[in-house]
Amino acid sequence: MECNVAERKVVDAKNTFCPGPLMELIGQMKMAEVGDELEILSTDQGSANDIPEWINKVGHEMIDSFEKEGVWHIVVKKAK
Amino acid sequence: MSTDRISVMVTSGNREQLQMAAMVASVGAVSGSDVTVFLSMNALKFFIKDSEQNAPAEGEMGKLMEEKNAPNFKELFSQAVEYGDAKIFPCSMAVDILEVKQEELEDFVSEPLGLTAFLGDASEGQVWHF
Repeated sequence: MECNVAERKVVDAKNTFCPGPLMELIGQMKMAEVGDELEILSTDQGSANDIPEWINKVGHEMIDSFEKEGVWHIVVKKAK
Repeated sequence: MSTDRISVMVTSGNREQLQMAAMVASVGAVSGSDVTVFLSMNALKFFIKDSEQNAPAEGEMGKLMEEKNAPNFKELFSQAVEYGDAKIFPCSMAVDILEVKQEELEDFVSEPLGLTAFLGDASEGQVWHF
């Protein structure tokens, strides 16, 4: 998948625990425009599992999710 | 998005219980539920402005949560209101006993609510107690 990470808003929520990363993402989502992509960084495995659940439940678009060097990256597109 | 209701009664003054209540309220509120929180008994004093920021830990978890930088429960309750339109009410009895004024409570806390109104609100949907 071709992704230009530089064009995304990165939300750094490393070193906090559930539901801290989710709340930080939501705070940024509130300010984002529909269609914007946000990439949340989390070192908390629980959040890495829970954030995609939230994205599906609320109806945003899950773009990508991967782990790199102990950091989870979850990419979401604001759908509404 | 679901539009279910979640009513959370919080009476404990220990960190773990307050944290779990704040997690249920905040995650529920930002996931589309109508969340109502009712603060009474030993919980209420932690919502007075300039009160000690953290409640005493009951056990190991509470100590570890602070060491490992888990979000503070007051921050989570505040986010439940800001991001998810949760309503957080102080119990009118507890307000009277503590002799606390509305302006002395955190800004995210609404006007005092009586038990009758809370029970009416809690008659539909999920009810949680911490």
